[in-house]
Amino acid sequence: MPYSIHGPQAATGGKGSRMRGAELWYLKEIFRGMYVTARHFLTNVFHMADMPTLQYPDEKPNYGPWLRSRHRLMKREDGTPRCVACQMCSTVCPSDCISIVAMEDDRPDVEKRPETFTIDLLRCVYCGMCVEACPCDAIRMDTGIFEIAADSREKFVVDLDFLLNNTTDGVKP
Amino acid sequence: MAEIAWALGKILFMLVFVFTVLVVMIWGERKGSAFIQDRIGPNRASIGGVIRLGGLVHPVADVLKLLFKEDLVPGAVNRFFYTMAPFVVMVIALVTFAVLPFGDAIYLGDKVIPLRIADLDVGILYLLAITSLSVYGIVLAGWASNNKYTFLGGIRSTAQMISYEINMGLAVLALLLVYGSTRVDAMVVEQGQLLFGFLPRWGVFLQPLGFVLFLTSVFAETNRTPFDLAEGESELVSGYNIEYSSMKFALFFMAEYASMIVAAGFISSLYFGGWQVPWLDTITLREHAGTFLGVSLWVGAVFNLLFAALLWKRYRRERGLLGDRRELEPLVLGIVFFILALVCLGAVVIASPWNLGEQGAAHFATVVQVLSFILKTLFFSWLFIWVRWTLPRFRYDQLMKLGWQLMLPLGLLNFFVTAAVVLLAR
Repeated sequence: MPYSIHGPQAATGGKGSRMRGAELWYLKEIFRGMYVTARHFLTNVFHMADMPTLQYPDEKPNYGPWLRSRHRLMKREDGTPRCVACQMCSTVCPSDCISIVAMEDDRPDVEKRPETFTIDLLRCVYCGMCVEACPCDAIRMDTGIFEIAADSREKFVVDLDFLLNNTTDGVKP
Repeated sequence: MAEIAWALGKILFMLVFVFTVLVVMIWGERKGSAFIQDRIGPNRASIGGVIRLGGLVHPVADVLKLLFKEDLVPGAVNRFFYTMAPFVVMVIALVTFAVLPFGDAIYLGDKVIPLRIADLDVGILYLLAITSLSVYGIVLAGWASNNKYTFLGGIRSTAQMISYEINMGLAVLALLLVYGSTRVDAMVVEQGQLLFGFLPRWGVFLQPLGFVLFLTSVFAETNRTPFDLAEGESELVSGYNIEYSSMKFALFFMAEYASMIVAAGFISSLYFGGWQVPWLDTITLREHAGTFLGVSLWVGAVFNLLFAALLWKRYRRERGLLGDRRELEPLVLGIVFFILALVCLGAVVIASPWNLGEQGAAHFATVVQVLSFILKTLFFSWLFIWVRWTLPRFRYDQLMKLGWQLMLPLGLLNFFVTAAVVLLAR
């Protein structure tokens, strides 16, 4: 269609007719729009605390108990890791980020315990399968820590000590 | 010698005024748009980790950042015009202020110092001439950048400027007929009288249609939404300033705001009485200077106390929420307001009853009138921001149609009706 400023494509829409003067200037609608924005502005100035924004680094969002966050290893009553180094989690892990070296334990009721237990947090996809697979509830992903930052790749590979003391409530069963 | 000193003083006042309001406007744009869109807006930059002033430190941080950024000049540009363009834009935005009276005059005995920079008889014509020059900066930037988007931005800006200049000129011509003078200061003096005994004789009441035409044209002349097609980022990336970085970009950015402030000053001077305080002319202000000063000090004391109390409440409420020094901000500001309140109260108690004398009363009237001008200018600066965050951008054919097919006939109509009325009323 050849370009024409009188054509239907120049109209504001709806009826497909030519714009009339008042429509063209939109004065009434401009005042209505300015009323709406002024209302929002004044409401927010006088009720600043009611704004929906979450001041993120200062206030943390509550994602509920189902959030899969950074892993932690549980402890027994005596403080030793609950993990029995059965390799279930590292076997089921789809991104192959858990590596465990097992060692024999001296205690009569414990066969094995991990000598090293490292998780590469850069590889981890936070699927939670390790938690599902663990037969003795030794690994959990309930720390609530989801901001994981470091200044080198090596620092993302966390070890047994780190995982055992990952959170303040790590001692709780 | 004294003449030059006064002129330099007035220029300095103008520069300080424009650049202060500019910082406030950039802040107002970011914070205002945030509040309009139910966001919080910038609030992180701080002085010493304590004073944040709700984001008012951000423009300073922005300018510092832009100053230290690399000033990259693309290889294919025309260096001379490329470098010149931001200066042209900024200088033209600033020199428009020269004919704007920001107050009545300072009376020192029998010496009268009018509060405007240039004493030009052409007055308002100077405004028209300079604003039509302002497109040159944008066109130069667009062409010298050697980039198709900048070029399109410059072209659009030119066409838009030519279309809306006519409407602005027609609105101003009608004003010339009404006031019978081209001097902006004479127009402002005319607006000090009353219309029908109760309305201030403002341009907006004499020329309502002319005001709407002028306002719309000013929005187009300053390349401001809904007429900011020169930088329509959805189709032209960012229009004429794509190839600019560092302080050159900052100059474009600041010039946009500077020209808005000047435009706001002209809107308030031509249509809203400029430095005139509505219903209070200079004589009344001088006669009751003592009373007014006392009352304003009392009001200032009460408001400062109120702010201090609110900030103290806020400090008590939010203590321990952030866990660092930022919590001290309401306390610090509250103390400042409290001290201001004490100063106001002290001034009232010590020096009451007020007797300013003739000289003091004249100075008081001048200060009040300058404040009146500043307040009006600030309001219209805010109007620019308010409109920007309300309206979407016009399509190009709509822009041209509005300018040529609607506003031009209306402007002519307004002009002829005004001429007829002025002729018959004489």
